[in-house]
Amino acid sequence: MGNILAFCEFDGGALRASALSNLSFARQAASAHGGEVVALLIGVGAAAAGPAAAAYAAKVVTVEHGDLGHYLAETYAPIVARLAGEHGAAIVCATATSVGKDLLPRVAALLDAGMASDISKLEGGNRFTRPILAGNAYSTVEVSTPVVCVTVRQSEFAPAEPTGSTGSVTSADAGAIDAKGARIDRVDSQKSDRPELTSAKVVVAGGRGMGNGDNFKQLEALADLLGAAMGASRAATDAGMVPADWQVGQTGKIVAPNLYFAVAISGAIQHLAGMKGSKTIVAINKDPEAPIFQVADYGVVTTWEKAIPELIEEIKKVKATR
Amino acid sequence: MKILVPIKRVPDPELKVKLKDGAIDLAGASWVVNTFDEYAVETALRLRENAESGESHGEVVVVTIGPDDAGQQLRSALAMGADRAIRIDGEDKALDSRVVAAVLAKVIEAEKPDLVVMGKQAVDGDANQVGQMLAGKLGWPQATFAATVELAADKASLTVGREVDAGVEYKTIALPGVLTVDLRVVAPTSVKNNITPASHSYGTGEGGPRYASLKGIMAAKKKPMEQKSIGDYGVDVTPATRELGITLPAARAAGQKVADIPTLVKKLVDEAKAL
Ligand SMILES: Cc1cc2nc3c(=O)[nH]c(=O)nc-3n(C[C@H](O)[C@H](O)[C@H](O)COP(=O)(O)OP(=O)(O)OC[C@H]3O[C@@H](n4cnc5c(N)ncnc54)[C@H](O)[C@@H]3O)c2cc1C
Repeated sequence: MGNILAFCEFDGGALRASALSNLSFARQAASAHGGEVVALLIGVGAAAAGPAAAAYAAKVVTVEHGDLGHYLAETYAPIVARLAGEHGAAIVCATATSVGKDLLPRVAALLDAGMASDISKLEGGNRFTRPILAGNAYSTVEVSTPVVCVTVRQSEFAPAEPTGSTGSVTSADAGAIDAKGARIDRVDSQKSDRPELTSAKVVVAGGRGMGNGDNFKQLEALADLLGAAMGASRAATDAGMVPADWQVGQTGKIVAPNLYFAVAISGAIQHLAGMKGSKTIVAINKDPEAPIFQVADYGVVTTWEKAIPELIEEIKKVKATR
Repeated sequence: MKILVPIKRVPDPELKVKLKDGAIDLAGASWVVNTFDEYAVETALRLRENAESGESHGEVVVVTIGPDDAGQQLRSALAMGADRAIRIDGEDKALDSRVVAAVLAKVIEAEKPDLVVMGKQAVDGDANQVGQMLAGKLGWPQATFAATVELAADKASLTVGREVDAGVEYKTIALPGVLTVDLRVVAPTSVKNNITPASHSYGTGEGGPRYASLKGIMAAKKKPMEQKSIGDYGVDVTPATRELGITLPAARAAGQKVADIPTLVKKLVDEAKAL
C-alpha cells in the first residue's frame, strides 16, 4: 500500500490543464497501489488554488510561502521529497512539462528513488511504458525502489474528471528555503490569447518552407479562425521565424490534438515524435516525396502560398452554413 | 576554470529501429556521441576559450561510463578540443540514470570541477534525468534546457536562458553547478564567456558543434585517457530500473493525397469530422 503524491501546477486559482493529466495517472496508480491521491500545490497562490484541486483528489496539501513565488528546482525539490515521506508516497508524479522534467529527477535524487520519465501508460504496480528513441519504440520498465518518481506524458492521459466529492485541504510548512545560489532574473514570454499548445484541440504548425516570420501571420489567421494553437518545426524556431516555445517534437512539445496541420514541414522523425499521436493529420507540402505524407491522413501537394488563403476561404464557407 | 562533461554513446539516431527477441537489435549498430552531449562539449569549449586568440582559459574533462568501444566517443570529444578523458568500464545495459548519477557524483568528488555541462537528454532513452539527479545528489544548483549561457566575468556564476513551456526563463546559478544544454545552445552567439569578444560569431546560420580538424584528430590520439572501473567508486550499482520489453508503435494507417483544398475541407468535415 502506498499513496500517490501528485505535484500539480496551477495558475490563477485553478489547476493547469497539464495537472489534470497527472491526476488522471495518479488515480490509476492509487488504485493499483491501494492508496490515495495526495495533490501537492507549491508556491504563491497555492492556498487559493487548494479548494479547486479538492474536486480532483482525496487530499490536497498546499505549501504557500513568499519565497516560493517563482518555481526553482532547488527550493521545490526538498519540499516535495519531505512531503513524500510524510504522506507515505509510493509514487511521486508530475506532468512532463518543463517544470516537471526539471523537478522530478532532483526529487528522485533526494529520495534515492528510481525514475520513469514521460510515461505513456501505467501497466500496474511500478511497471510503466514509455516512448524511447524519439517515439520509434516503447519500452516497458519496472522500477524497484521503495519510492518511485514518474513524469507523465500529458497527451497520453486524458484530463481527470472531478471525483464527485470534495477532498480535504491542509497546508504544510515550507521548511527552510535554500535556493543554493540560484535565482530567476526574468521570464520572456509572448502573451497569447490562443489555447495552450499542449492541450489545444487543433494545432496549426509551420516549418522552414514558410520562409519567414511574416509569412507565419497567414498561418496565425488560419489558427485564429479555428481556435487553434500555433506550432512549428525546429527549423522554423531555430531560424527565429517564431518563438522557441512553439516547437513541436522530440525536444519540443508533445501534442495530440484532434486535428494537426503540418504546413511546409518535411516530417523528420524528431518532428513526428511530437505529433504522431494526433487524431487527424493534414499535410500541405509542395514536395510529393516529403515524409510527412507517410503519416498524414490527408495530404495536399501544393505550396502554402496557394493553399492557406484557399483553406481560410473554404473554412469560412463551412462556418457560414452552421 | 575546470569543466567536466559526461558523455554517452547512442546508436546512430538516423538508423531504423529493429527488434530482436523483444529488445532493440544493436548488432552491427553504429555508435555516435549523443547529439546533446556533443553540444555539451561544444558549450564547454566555448565557455573556456578565447575563440579569437585561440587561448585556453581552463580545462575540459570528458567522462563516459561504457564498454571499451565507448573510448571512440571520448576520442571524438578530445578531437573537438577537450583536454583529457576518463572511461569508466561498464555495460550500457547494466546502467540506469540513478546508477550513472551516483557514479558521476563520485567522479566529481575526486575531480572537483567548477561546472558540469551535460546534454539535456540522451536521444536513445529520452529520459532527461541525469543532470538534475546529479545536481540533487551534490546539493548544487541546476540550470537545465539551456539555449543561451553567459559566464560572469568573475567566473562565479552563469546566467542561462532556459527554454521553458511559457517562453525563455533567465536563471542565474552560482558555481559549482550543473548545466544541461538544449539544441539552440550551439547557435552562433548562444554562449558568452566574457573572454571571447561579445561580437564573436561561431559560424553562421543555425550554427552547430565544431568539427574536429585533422590536427585535432591527431592531437586527440596523444591526449590522456584514464581507465577506471565502476567498482573503483564504491557505490551500489544495482540498477533500480529493469526493462521488461520493447514494442514498436503501430504504424499509422496510410493516408490519402487529395487533389485540392476544397476536397480537403469537404473530407475534413464529412469523413474525419474534424472541422
Ligand atoms: C537531437 C535533435 C532533436 C530534434 N528535435 C526536433 C524537434 O523537437 N522538433 C522538430 O521539428 N525538429 C527537431 N529536430 C530537427 C529535425 O531533424 C528537422 O531538421 C526539422 O524538423 C526540419 O524542419 P522542417 O520540416 O521545417 O524543415 P525542412 O526539413 O527543411 O522542410 C521544409 C519543407 O517545406 C517544404 N516547402 C518549402 N517551401 C514550401 C512552400 N512554398 N509550400 C509548401 N511547402 C514548402 C519543403 O518541401 C520541405 O518538405 C531535431 C534534430 C535533432 C538532431
